Amino acid sequence: MTPLNSILVLLAAVLAVFCEAAGGGLHQLLGAQIDLLPALMVYAGLNAGLGTVTTLAVVSGLLFDSLSANPLGVSVLPLFAAGFLIHFNHELLLRQQLFAQCVLGLIASAVVPALTLLLVLSTRRTPLVGWGSLWQWCVMAVGGMIATPILFKLFHWCDRLFSYGRESSTSFRPDREIRRGRF
Amino acid sequence: MLKRPHYFAAGLVVLLTLTILNLPGPVAARLKHALGGVFLPLFGLAASSRQLAEKAGETLTPRAQLLQENEALRRENQELRVQAGQAAETLRENNRLRELLGWGQNAPWKLKLARVIARDPANWWHTLQIDLGSRDGMRTNLPVLTAEGLVGRVASVSYTHSQVVLLGDRDCKAAAVVENDARDLGILGTAGPLDGSMVSLGYLSKDANLKPGQLVATSGLGGIFPKGIRIGQIVDLRPVEYGLYLEARVKLSANLSGLEEVWVLLP
Repeated sequence: MTPLNSILVLLAAVLAVFCEAAGGGLHQLLGAQIDLLPALMVYAGLNAGLGTVTTLAVVSGLLFDSLSANPLGVSVLPLFAAGFLIHFNHELLLRQQLFAQCVLGLIASAVVPALTLLLVLSTRRTPLVGWGSLWQWCVMAVGGMIATPILFKLFHWCDRLFSYGRESSTSFRPDREIRRGRF
Repeated sequence: MLKRPHYFAAGLVVLLTLTILNLPGPVAARLKHALGGVFLPLFGLAASSRQLAEKAGETLTPRAQLLQENEALRRENQELRVQAGQAAETLRENNRLRELLGWGQNAPWKLKLARVIARDPANWWHTLQIDLGSRDGMRTNLPVLTAEGLVGRVASVSYTHSQVVLLGDRDCKAAAVVENDARDLGILGTAGPLDGSMVSLGYLSKDANLKPGQLVATSGLGGIFPKGIRIGQIVDLRPVEYGLYLEARVKLSANLSGLEEVWVLLP
């Protein structure tokens, strides 16, 4: 992954947090806000280096908490845990497969909010949790599952847009070159 | 197999998280507001584009419809003027009587309009951000309302924006009175995670004469919300704590999920 891709991933994280805070339509419709950050962590974990994964977890977690009533820093560790585990096993995962992307998005989007909520509860805060939270949890997990392959496509498109195109191979072969004689 | 960079990165993140989580309250709040400032240009951009879209929509509205709306607003304005005149006369009379009794005078409410710029991205809090900060005279615990009713209170303030904690959140309790003959008192509690428009009203006397449809307003007790702001109306009730108290469900008057502009009540 090039530095430009890393910057794009960080910019996408800022935009994702902004859209989650500014756009309430989905929340009104489904009763829950879909979190795009776990899906971004899946992409970064599979395609980027450890530095990008760490930076993304810290930056996006802090920005998310800055617009939320969460204690500052509480979202960083769950996001990092998801990105770290995926990055650690990224050679074993079939990152190009749609099914793998969906499953990883589903798991990350289910685990990250659950871990964040556990951390919030451990700080002696009292968030609104009830039976309705199960529905919200399912919406977040499914939303993350749908968002992950879309993000992969989007970043793949950006990657092609900002990088040099692959050169097509020529039919020239040096062993088939016709050497001209003196006459 | 974990390598040295893995250990380093994991250790760094854990250390950073623990440090930030253990920061003193005011420092953490200041850091939070500074980080939230990153989004200010984006919020400004969103507001400008919304205004542009509204203006574009206004130009497309037919003239006949505008004239009709103008006429309706003119009539409403006249009615409100008459009502305001009556209210002013009642206020003068009230102040005169209070003076005769030796009571302090009621200060009139000062309202400031604020635009909602963001909602809490986490599903387990009911908060939002408004575009008024300490530069506009905001401070914590100021009541926030709409024309329909109470919305919440200001929880924290930065220079340019403030966080409002909404009714139904565990951090926003309000002392309320049921507008019946007995003037039954209760405390407004929490809402469910899914439906923010229904809030529980607890600690009501077991002998309270409550009926669905009765209005609920702020009682003025507690020192944050002044008396008489409409909250909502009772939907149903049930006994709790082995019949020691009654708990009612209150449908809030203000639509908390569709807020775009709110009024902040200044002292």
